Order: sequence, then C-alpha cells, then structure tokens
Amino acid sequence: MNVNELNSVAMQVRRDVLRMINGAGSGHPGGSLSCTDYIVSLYFSEMNVNPEKFTMKGENEDVFYLSNGHVCPALYSVLARRGYYPVSELATLRKFGSRLQGHPSISHGLPGIRMASGSLGQGLSVAIGHALAKKLDGDKSIVYTLHGDGELQEGQIWEAAMFAAAKNVDNLISAVDYNHLQIDGRVEQVVSLGDLKAKWESFGWIVLECNGNNISEILTTLKKAKSMLFNGKPVMILLHTTMGFGVDFMLDDCKWHGTALNDEQLSAALKQLPETLGDY
Amino acid sequence: MKSYKILDNKDTRSGFGVGLLQAGQADERVVALTADLKGSVKMDSFAKAFPDRFYECGIAEANMIDVAAGLATAGKIPFAGTFANFATARVYDQIRQCVAYSNKNVKICASHAGVTLGEDGATHQTLEDIGLMKMLPGMTVIVPCDYQQNIQATVAAAKHVGPTYLRFGRPKRPVFTTPDMEFVIGKAQLLNEGKDVSIFATGHLVWEALVACEKLEERGISAEVINIHTIKPLDVEAIIKSVMKTGCAVTAEEHQLNGGLFDSVAQAVIRHNPVPMEAVAVMDEWGQSGTPDELLKAYHLDSDSIVGAVLKAIVRK
Repeated sequence: MNVNELNSVAMQVRRDVLRMINGAGSGHPGGSLSCTDYIVSLYFSEMNVNPEKFTMKGENEDVFYLSNGHVCPALYSVLARRGYYPVSELATLRKFGSRLQGHPSISHGLPGIRMASGSLGQGLSVAIGHALAKKLDGDKSIVYTLHGDGELQEGQIWEAAMFAAAKNVDNLISAVDYNHLQIDGRVEQVVSLGDLKAKWESFGWIVLECNGNNISEILTTLKKAKSMLFNGKPVMILLHTTMGFGVDFMLDDCKWHGTALNDEQLSAALKQLPETLGDY
Repeated sequence: MKSYKILDNKDTRSGFGVGLLQAGQADERVVALTADLKGSVKMDSFAKAFPDRFYECGIAEANMIDVAAGLATAGKIPFAGTFANFATARVYDQIRQCVAYSNKNVKICASHAGVTLGEDGATHQTLEDIGLMKMLPGMTVIVPCDYQQNIQATVAAAKHVGPTYLRFGRPKRPVFTTPDMEFVIGKAQLLNEGKDVSIFATGHLVWEALVACEKLEERGISAEVINIHTIKPLDVEAIIKSVMKTGCAVTAEEHQLNGGLFDSVAQAVIRHNPVPMEAVAVMDEWGQSGTPDELLKAYHLDSDSIVGAVLKAIVRK
C-alpha cells in the first residue's frame, strides 16, 4: 500500500475507534487515536502476517504485542480491517459475550491477540520471550511491541529493557506512543521520563525517533529499524504523537484518555474523519 | 500399618533438578529460566546440558515470568524457577494476567517454600503461596512430598498442558516414595488404609503424617493417610470416599491455615459429606529463623501435633 492508501485506512480506523467507544459508552479514545498511524503502518505495510490463518505461535510471521492494552480499539479495528475477523464484530466492543473485551484477552478467542494486556508494563517482557523462542527455532521474523509513555513508569519495563540488551534480543522493534499525557495529566508533571532517548540508549538499545502521526515518516523509520536488526541490539522507536490526533477538539487533552464521546461529540468528530472503507 | 522406610535424606529441590533434566531430555520444547538462583533451585544440570535453552534473568522476577509467558506463546514449555516468595507474591499480577488468564503453558517452580526453609527467616518462608496460586482460575497446584516424588511431579508437569505451580522445599527430608509409586496429577495417593480418621497431608508434612500414623497405631487408632500432592484440581472423590469410612479428618500442611490444603479439603467435605475436621497448619503467624525441625515443632507442624489434632477430631465424631 502507498502512503495515500495507508492514510485512507487510518482515517477509517479512527472513525471505527470513535464509533466503537461511543457505542460501548466507555473506553480510551485519546491514545487509540495517537497510535492509529503506527498500528496501521505495521499491519498494512511493514509486518509479514497471515490474517487468514491466525496461530498463537505465529511461526515464520511477524508478531505484535500491544502492551498498553487500553488502546485496543485501534488494534481491534486494524485487525478487522486487515481480515482477521469480520468488521461487523467491531460493534460488539465491551459488550457482554463479545470477543472484543474492554482490554485484550485471549480467553474469548479473538484472532490476532496472543496475550492479555491492560495491567501495564508487561508486554515488553512477553515480546522478548517470543523473540527468544524465534531465535531458538531459527525463525527470522520480527517481534514488535507498542507501549504508552506513562507505562514506562512501570519498573518492569526497565527490567525488560536491561534484559533484552544483555541477551542480544535483536529481532525486536519496540515503540513508545509518546503523546505526553496520562490519566492524571502531563507525563512531565506526573513523573517525568527525563531524557527518554538517552535512557533507552544507556540501556543498550538503538533508538530512532519520528513523527508518529505521519505515516510517511513512520514507514521510513520502520524500514531503517528493520535494517538495523540482527546486529546484537534491540530497536526502540520513539513515536512523537498527539493524543486525540485527527479530531481538533480532542487534541492534546488528557480528558480524552478514558472518556467516551457522546452522540453530539461523535457527530462533530466524524465530520472531520470522512468514511473511506465503509463503516461497519 | 503399611511400613514406610527412610530410604534416603534428600532435598525436594534436588528432585526438581533431576526431573527438569529428564523433562529437557525428553522434549526439546522444554526451556528453563531463573532469577539469579540457578544453583539454589537446582537448575545447574539443565543449564549445563542445554545452555541454549536456559535463560538467566538476573534479579528481575517480574520480567522472568512474562518472558516465560512469551516463550510459552511461541510453543515452548518454560520452567521458571526461584524461591517461592519471589515466584508468587512478588509476581502475582504477572502470573495472573499473562500466565493464568492468558492460559499459557508456563511452569512456575517455587523452591524454599514453608518454614522448613529455616534460618533465612520469615521474609523468605512463604506460607501463603498455595492460596495465592489456587485462587487463579485454571492454575494447577502441585506440592510433592519428597525428593523422589518431585522428580515424577516435574516430569508430569512438563507433559501437562496449562499453567502449573510446582511447590517444593530446601532442606533434606526423609525420602520414602519409590519410582514405582504412580504419580498422576490430580490423583491423591493412598499411603495407608485406616478406619478411625483420615489424615490428608501435603508436602513435607506427608512424612510427619506417616510418623503420626505409627504413633496413633500404638494407641490403638487406625489412621488413613492420604497424600494430597495436587491441591488443585483436588481429588474430591478420594477425599469423600475416605471420610465416609473414617468419619473425621485432619489436614496437615506447611502453609497458612487460610488459603491452604485445609480450605480445599473442607470445601469438599462440607459440600459432600460433613465430618469433624481439625487442621495442622500455620495459624495466622509469621515464621522466624531456626532449623527446620525446631520450626516444625514450634509452629505445631510435627508428627506430635498431627497426633494431637487426630485425638481432637476423633472426640468430636
């Protein structure tokens, strides 16, 4: 897919996300919008995946772990649009009996999900485990993760960061959705992450940065990241993003971390996000 | 009663080490992880035999458990081993979300459990772990009684598919089981048939229960001794069959009363065939430094304490 086509998918995913959360009456729209462009770029361009035949093991395909599980509406929409399950199922988000649980779960059997997430800070370790197994099996495919920036306050992230570098887990590309907002306010005011690039570099990672709401930049950065793999070091991409990206009244406001849009707000938001692939 | 001899004195953790090596030889999907306790939890021989399948995680247990969950997702059979406290309480949320809820085939291997850890004191003497683990839906909880049985339990855990908790100890204790005694996860082991009382014991206290059984025999009391090596799933059928015959029961465990074997057995007994029950367990207290035998006596977990509990239970029939 070219950049225009990917932008078109991202537009639809943003519509899906807001409609899904409005339909559920709860959810996390802000971060779902800030990470949309990255997840679309992965699944529709850069990752080698097999949506028709999903397996837990993901042998000889790339796998993705969403560590900040609360932004799952974006992933759910991308997986449906990519063919893992019918897009009509998106209407069931957070409803009783749905495979689209409020936070990702494997107990309901949703294709594309390999691990529960929601309790933060755990996805990097899980991904490292999968990456180590791929190495044992001689499987040259790549493991990807996405994390929230606030999530990096969890100590386990840094256990995993140290471990991955120490064990040369170099088939791993992680990314941080660096939108600078968490529930209680600006990350810098809650507990500052300091010099994030220097932190990851000092832990032994290769660190790349890009505008995480610009698909063209994301693609260039991912291609560069891939070219640096299998060289002894894991790669981290700091995605400079804006919470609520795509809807003017949601931009850069932590109120939208975990608040559903009401019908009026939804209608105003959807006017800024034209339908591209057809609504579910 | 059936006679059990002390065949050897060995630590149950060494049984784990032997079992892990056997499991690794039998199935190349078996991998092992530790958090800077390779020697203490007896993973040395596995690490030497299979260096590519052994992961030293350093002092970072949360990361270790979730790395294990990732390895399991990719089809491996990870055995993650450390001290019981660090394998459970310290990493409860990791186990809850990524092992139990996500139904991963991870084997959590917890050594140095209970007061018989001894001199290290209460920070390390985990007495809550069985409760923590059995509360998680889908978790299998295994507590082998001696060195030999832990070899069998470890091999069985590798073949069992699903989240598994394997609890064992540090000190040398009597070895009395033999390789020909069948070990099946979820199947209680009838060690001695009796008619006056059922003693359900687990872990190191199974031997204490057998010693108590001999002492009771001298008093003319016929005790049935059943080894509940699998706390979950519990062999309810064997428990009910026994109490229907004997009419009273005593449980014996190196664990807090809350959340341990007594809880599990009492649930089964109350539902199906209520009888008087007494417990030998730690009664809402912290451990302390001492030798294993000093501590078993001080916390009323030794064979004499089991005898005392049996006498109380029989009176209530």
